[in-house]
Parts: sequence; C-alpha cells; structure tokens
Amino acid sequence: MSSAAQTPEQGPLRTQIAHGVRDSLGVGIGIFPLGVALGILVVQAGLPLWVAPALSIVIFAGSVELLLVSMLAAGAPLLTIAVTVFAVNFRHVFYALSFPLSRVRSGLPRAYSVYALIDEAYATYVLMPAKQLTSARILTGQVMMQLYWVVGGLIGLAIARALPAPIEGFEFALAATFTVMTVDAVRSRRQVPSALLAALAVAVAITAFPGNTMLAALVLFAALLAVRYALDARRGRNETGDGQAEGATE
Amino acid sequence: MTWYLIAAIAIGGVITFGLRALPFAMLKPLRKSKFVRSLGEWMPAGILLILAVVVLRDEIVARADQWWMVLTATAVTIAVHLFCGRRVLLSIAAGTATYIALVNLL
Repeated sequence: MSSAAQTPEQGPLRTQIAHGVRDSLGVGIGIFPLGVALGILVVQAGLPLWVAPALSIVIFAGSVELLLVSMLAAGAPLLTIAVTVFAVNFRHVFYALSFPLSRVRSGLPRAYSVYALIDEAYATYVLMPAKQLTSARILTGQVMMQLYWVVGGLIGLAIARALPAPIEGFEFALAATFTVMTVDAVRSRRQVPSALLAALAVAVAITAFPGNTMLAALVLFAALLAVRYALDARRGRNETGDGQAEGATE
Repeated sequence: MTWYLIAAIAIGGVITFGLRALPFAMLKPLRKSKFVRSLGEWMPAGILLILAVVVLRDEIVARADQWWMVLTATAVTIAVHLFCGRRVLLSIAAGTATYIALVNLL
C-alpha cells in the first residue's frame, strides 16, 4: 500500500516512511500498554482469545474496545452495544472537520486512513503543517499505531495465559487514559467552559439515568453546547470570551 | 456465544467506520456551518471528561466497598501527570500500577 503512495516532492519514500514511524512512536508508548491491557482483560473476562485481535482489527477504536470486553463478557444486548459504540465514537464525526485527509491518496489508501482514524492519529496529524504531510507518512503512522494495538493485544493474551492467578485491576488503564486526556484537554482556559458543561451533564445523567449514563450524558452535553452556541450568537460572536460561556452553565 | 461475539464486533466495526467516513462524504455543508465548527471545537474536552467520569463511576460501582482505591489511583494519575512532566504513559502506568497494587494487596 505504501509503495503506491509516493509523492516525489517530499523526498524518497523511505524517508517518508521513517517519518511516519517516528510520528507513531510517541503515541505508541501509550497505545501498546493499552493493547496489552486489552489482551489481559479478554482472557480474564473468559472470552475466546480471537476476540482481542478481532476487536483491534474490525473496530480499531481503543476506548470502545476496552469497554466492549466487559459488555461482551456480560452478554449485553446487541442494541446496547450499538448505542454505546455510537455514543462513544460519535466524536469522530468532528475529526473530519480538521483531519488532513486530502493529503492521503484517494482510493484504498484514503479508505484505510478513514478507517484507522483513531484519536491518536487525529492528534498526531491535525496540527502538522500540510507541507510536511505526505500520503506515505500519514499511512505509515496509522499502520504503526494499529500494529501497536494488535501486537500489544497478542502479548497481553500471552501474559494473561502465563499468569498463575488472575491479577485484577488492569481495567483501570482505561480510566487513567481518559483522566490524563481530560487533564490535557482542559489545560487551555478556553476549554474550561466545555468541561464545566460536561461535568454538569454527567452529574445529571448519573442521578437521572443510572441505566445508560454514557448516552444520557453525551446527549445532554450536546444540548448544553447548543444552548451555549445560541447564547454566544445572541451576544455577538466577535467578543466570545470565557466569561460569557460561564453564564451558560447555569 | 460465538455468533453473538461476531455480531457484536461486526456491529461495532460498521458503526465506527460509518462515524469516521460519513462526515468526509458530506464535509462541504458541514464546514460551512458555524454551529458544527463550534461543536467541533467545544466537544473534545467535554467528551473526554464524560468518558473519564463514567468509567471511573462504573469502577466504583463494581467495587463498592473499595471506592477509595479508585479515587486514590485517580489522584495518583493526575498528580503524576501534573508534576512529572505530563508524560502520558508514565501517568497511566503510575495510576494503573497503584490501582492493581491496592486491589490485589489490600
């Protein structure tokens, strides 16, 4: 696939692939252990071993895969699984607004790039100057990220099978990942209003909809953002500041 | 069981790909919408926060008598992240190791 994706103005293909591999290393350090955790969880949940690679190849969306392991083990209804996947992965809809897909060759390479558009791929390439981005570079980065997942999962399976007794608590890796990503996301003050609205939404959802907290929180959050948008629009978009959005919290 | 697993994973795959592909197919009208752009800017931080809270709460519900372990491990995760240079892996590893140690040793 990569051989078809050469763009001569960016130097030889080998250099582009090397760039792609290097791009993937940073997030790879985060992806690989989560893959291992996925493999361990699959074994400890009593699911067939093929579930781990199947999740990382068919779905390929880190957080949802970890969530699905416990849902599959509990035999959750297919509709609940569908709604959960839809709700959790809905954020990907917004990645299309800024991901540099136009840099990727159309056809099969572009289809793969869309399929493999995980959070980490988006975060890696969204802010990179377009000049440095080639098809081969992006694709290499994405293929590497998927490899970290799949191989990490297989290693996790092996580790779990070799353990004498189950070790509990690996599932916390998912919570820790979201916690760290949240801390990084609200680093800039502009994101604080959104975080406050989300906190409000999830608090209401936990109290009012304990059965399907995730979906209720996401829907509520979207509704609150719509209100915020309406308020911002009324006050004039030119002077959008932090103070205004805080009014929307109430 | 096997068919249930296959069906569930296939459904998850189709929905995930659909969510990633559909917006690219209708990108032009979306890009023009100020509302959609604002949502794209506002949503990530909030969605991550919701994911974190929901997953942490599930863990607390699952281990009701050990709820303080979840909070301790979360505090360790955040502290390591803020004070040890925001290295994502290090923070996740520290929090997860803390949790595993607490759950298995106490």
